[in-house]
Amino acid sequence: MVRIGAFLVGLFFSGWLLVSFIMGAVAYVSEPPAPTAEKEFHEHPKQVAFSFNGPLGHYDKAQLQRGFQVFSEVCAACHSLKFVSFRDLADLGYNEAEVKAIAKNWKIKTPDIDPKTGEMAGRVPVPSDKFPKPFANNVAAAAANNNAIPPDLSLMTKARHDGSNYVYSLLTGYQAQPAELLQKFPDVKTPAGLHYNPYFANLNLAMAPPLTAEGQVTYGEGQPKPTVDQMAQDVAAFLTWTAEPKMENRKSAGIAVLFFLLVATALAYMSYRNVWAETKH
Amino acid sequence: MSFPWANEYTPKAPLMQWIDARLPLPRFVYNAVGAGYPVPRNLNFFWNFGVLSGLALMIQIVTGIVMAMHYGANELVAFGTVEHVMRDVNGGWLMRYAHANGASFFFIVVYLHIFRGLYYSSYKAPREMVWLLGLVIFLLMMATAFMGYVLPWGQMSYWGAKVITGLFGAIPVVGEPIQTWLLGGFAPGNAALNRFFSLHYLLPFVIAGVIILHIWALHIPGSSNPTGVEVKGPQDTVPFHPYYTAKDGFGAGIFFILLAIAVYFGPNFLGHPDNYIEANPLSTPAHIVPEWYFWPFYAILRAFTFDFFFIPAKLLGVLAMFASILLLFFLPWLDNSPVRSGNYRPMFKKFFWILIADVLVLGYCGGAPAEEPFVMISQVASAYYFAHFLIILPLIAAFEKPLPLPGSITEAVLAKHGQAAE
Repeated sequence: MVRIGAFLVGLFFSGWLLVSFIMGAVAYVSEPPAPTAEKEFHEHPKQVAFSFNGPLGHYDKAQLQRGFQVFSEVCAACHSLKFVSFRDLADLGYNEAEVKAIAKNWKIKTPDIDPKTGEMAGRVPVPSDKFPKPFANNVAAAAANNNAIPPDLSLMTKARHDGSNYVYSLLTGYQAQPAELLQKFPDVKTPAGLHYNPYFANLNLAMAPPLTAEGQVTYGEGQPKPTVDQMAQDVAAFLTWTAEPKMENRKSAGIAVLFFLLVATALAYMSYRNVWAETKH
Repeated sequence: MSFPWANEYTPKAPLMQWIDARLPLPRFVYNAVGAGYPVPRNLNFFWNFGVLSGLALMIQIVTGIVMAMHYGANELVAFGTVEHVMRDVNGGWLMRYAHANGASFFFIVVYLHIFRGLYYSSYKAPREMVWLLGLVIFLLMMATAFMGYVLPWGQMSYWGAKVITGLFGAIPVVGEPIQTWLLGGFAPGNAALNRFFSLHYLLPFVIAGVIILHIWALHIPGSSNPTGVEVKGPQDTVPFHPYYTAKDGFGAGIFFILLAIAVYFGPNFLGHPDNYIEANPLSTPAHIVPEWYFWPFYAILRAFTFDFFFIPAKLLGVLAMFASILLLFFLPWLDNSPVRSGNYRPMFKKFFWILIADVLVLGYCGGAPAEEPFVMISQVASAYYFAHFLIILPLIAAFEKPLPLPGSITEAVLAKHGQAAE
């Protein structure tokens, strides 16, 4: 009984799936799916040799500081960094006084209430504060940015495939829409107010190119020249740190844990062989 | 419990005798996983995955309890408290990455455990109950994992919850009220998040309970073995401890090494980037996909693209997806070949490997976007999946000529070592 019932159920599901397959295949052959501009012109991120790549990679603190400089002078005008505190900047090699100064001189105030009146008011950030947001709320952010809300950047490099390379590629990937694309897909001309970028999923991005000229940010002495490429790499490294601040702890702990586990597993293997030595199996 | 020649627990220390007379818990442990449980001597490394599954559950419970101390199950703060765990809680990043990757590894070892059972037909009499309870554990695991994935309240959490509860919406007439009832609202929100958290905390302990039943049921007939020939006497078995505790210790070492590589050097490799974007009911992700361990079932769900007369395609997909798991409950009665081990079943063996390839293809298609050619491939692969269990297995049992079985486990072992049985 069970087998007859099973046979009928199996026949139904498998049969209908094969019928669906044939109908789908006929439709696919007679009317192949139209190619889309996103499919043909979207590009995978360019690969950068970041210092933190690989299982032993470390952050380059000088680079993170440069990246933070780019973030604070360029990105921070529109983008928030809501999961990062000023005190976290100590990881970048700033001492306590420097962190305090950075918080104190931050252009945006931390929202709070006036201790005397109870009215909403901004106050000067302290190191334990998270980075204050540039816009009071999403409505204000959308209103100021042509209806596109600038996303928070704390986790950006983990929220995209191949995130560190993605951020770098996006920042350096702005270009005129290729003539070939317009020839093939005349309907998908980049709309006014958007910007063509092949690294962006749907190719047209609301954000105007943020890094446009060499020397847009002035790096300290002994640092590399602030070319657009260099600034993009630096800020991508900085945003990798904001997304994964414990990466160095993780990797160094991982090496120790693996070493311990290899020794323990070798011992476990020897005791296994020892226990079974006399027993054929 | 199982064999008359099992070692008996005889405590020598007066304290242990005192305890044994009042609460024979040490005796229970001794008989369950100590020297009092005789196990076939010829188990291969595929028999390690039961113990490893238990180990994976323990890792999930420990890391999960620690994280629950810092997590806030509220749609306004959930995403932020997960980041709090990652950034501000001592060792929090380790707890979270171990928990997220631990879930994947739990499924890896459980899938290997299940496929071992399929190849060696461990589901056959007298072990049907072991198999059925194992499937109950598998269903509970899937529910737990799904609800756990919702808790970080990222984009995939939110939209995954919406899609999966939407499956119930496909049921005619009562579907939508059921979906609303399950979510506590018309869309995933605070009510859903809270109940998912509550159940995500509860179900692992239910799983632990069913595991006890699973092991209890196993200990009645004793473990199966790669020959599929039942134990005939003391020479066929070794005591669980120290033989299999030592072997499981080595297996656990390998398991921990692989888990550590994932946790410490590629913690987000198995995850989806979209779940690092906070849930946003107004923005649908380009491709909504569940975690990798659900991909084969997700492929079956999406393989139905045409209505069958009055049955809508969506409902067919939902029925097929549930059927793809529920049919496993009937397996002991579908495959009625008297031979257990795939080693002695030439036809069965070939189809078994086709099934493995088929499930891998389904998994790949389930993770791919719902477009051609993946839909067509999943249709063929799903068709094979159902045909394999519901049509091919019973037919093989009827037509296959199995190879001759060894007389006993010991005979098989000695033959392997080039000696005649004593």
